Amino acid sequence: MIEVQNVFFTYPTANVEALKDVSLKIDNGEFVAIMGQNGAGKTTLIKQFNGLLKPSKGNVLVDGVNTREISVAQLARTVGFVFQNPDHQLFSETVEDEIAFALKNFGFNEEIIEKRVTWAINLLDLTEYRKTSPFMLSGGERKRVALASVLAWDPNVVILDEPTIGQDHKQKERLLQFIIQLNSQGKTVIIVTHDVEFVAECNPRVVLMVRGQIVANGEAKQILTNPDIALKACVVPPQITQIFQGLADLGFPADIIDVSEAGKIIFEHLELEGRKR
Amino acid sequence: MSVFEGFRFRHISSPVHRLDPRVKFFFVIVMFVAAVIFFELLPLIVLFTLPLPFVWLGGVQRPWMKSLRGAMFLAVFLFVFNLVFGYFSPSTVPYGMVPLEYATAMLLRFLVLVESFSTFFLTTSPDHLSLALEQSHVPYEFTFAFTTAVRFVPVLAEEAQTIMDAQKARGLELERGNFMKRVRNYIPILIPLIVSAIRRSLELAEAMESRAWGAVKKRTNLYVLKLRRGDLMLIIISIIILAAALYVRYFVYPLPTITMLLPK
Repeated sequence: MIEVQNVFFTYPTANVEALKDVSLKIDNGEFVAIMGQNGAGKTTLIKQFNGLLKPSKGNVLVDGVNTREISVAQLARTVGFVFQNPDHQLFSETVEDEIAFALKNFGFNEEIIEKRVTWAINLLDLTEYRKTSPFMLSGGERKRVALASVLAWDPNVVILDEPTIGQDHKQKERLLQFIIQLNSQGKTVIIVTHDVEFVAECNPRVVLMVRGQIVANGEAKQILTNPDIALKACVVPPQITQIFQGLADLGFPADIIDVSEAGKIIFEHLELEGRKR
Repeated sequence: MSVFEGFRFRHISSPVHRLDPRVKFFFVIVMFVAAVIFFELLPLIVLFTLPLPFVWLGGVQRPWMKSLRGAMFLAVFLFVFNLVFGYFSPSTVPYGMVPLEYATAMLLRFLVLVESFSTFFLTTSPDHLSLALEQSHVPYEFTFAFTTAVRFVPVLAEEAQTIMDAQKARGLELERGNFMKRVRNYIPILIPLIVSAIRRSLELAEAMESRAWGAVKKRTNLYVLKLRRGDLMLIIISIIILAAALYVRYFVYPLPTITMLLPK
């Protein structure tokens, strides 16, 4: 469980308050999307979760332990963090070594490392690249290697910073399935994203940030379809919501974000219309 | 990172900022030469005070202090090193000084170098610098490479920080282990940093070519550097410093040291 209690944070070099009195509680096994404009403080907030940044004021507790009292390496064991740009972490000669790096840092023995590496490679469909240099892979594949290198040590919490950037539709679809699968295995999944359509599809709890503050926190359905909140946070509602809101005068509900649900409603509506004639 | 911070230029307007960068660089070279030819404490104290008026006039006291603080670690290292060596092999200490004075002088010499270079970089914009190089007939390719390098230092510093964060999040502990282990700990940071710097430079080259870099052989500039009264004054001051330093070095003998001046 991650508890953020009245956290303020100021970057020492920039002298800008990036977080202003942020409080948030994320339970075990939750799926949370943190959204907001560029510079709203999303990345600053998630870096508090694994101790990369420590609050200037207030406390962050991970499983009841204050992040000030424990090293990033120790926290990383429970909180896995996948950075936005895989090029910021890949350095090994082979994909295999890359994935084993963190496991070695955490002091697993050879046998377990071997087993975990194989498991992570299969999980992310990287078997054919096992002995390839990560620098030879495409952008999307590098991203998967980065993800595998974090999932390999099986952290309870997985944080993904902008996982959908630079991924084509098919990869996004797979990522979605993957995240849902992780979450259903009881992992806490936290994503930071601008991708409204992606969030609409996976329907997590949404935390919306504006200028270092949390302005909305609740179900995706409520937040993404609320025009006031959306305007404040510069979030454009999903396309299907926009269509439905445009058709409100025909009696369509205004809080639809799921495309298949929308389809069902339209069919029912058409059937009803047909019967009337 | 604070050392870089102390060398980063900020746009302010002051009499020092408006000086011709070539003249300012001449002053820095003079300071450099003067600092290197002395190993006595007294002249180095004098040298240390010389750039101070420029720091005040330029209004860069705070970043300047930061650069000195950034250099402190190395300075203290030099000091301790010279002090220890001075006591264990007194022959390394020049005649007429106790090791403490000699070590202090070496510390101050280092600070004089840092101080004059940081004053130069803090009061000279990268654009000005490239202009100076260009008008000293350095080929534009080199000028451009130089300014680009200067401009990318803060970018790289930021990137290094992100990479450090990313590896720490994978359980890397930089401060753990003996000396060799600690050096090896930096490999996971250096490789991504170098790879991304190379990638970035390739991208930059492509972006430049797609914007027709080098299409015009003869370049013109909006601003042309011209020597003004202030510049002439600084040239004269620099020449006086140089002449005085050379005179004192070669004609004043023996140069008094504090050890000699103190009553026995």
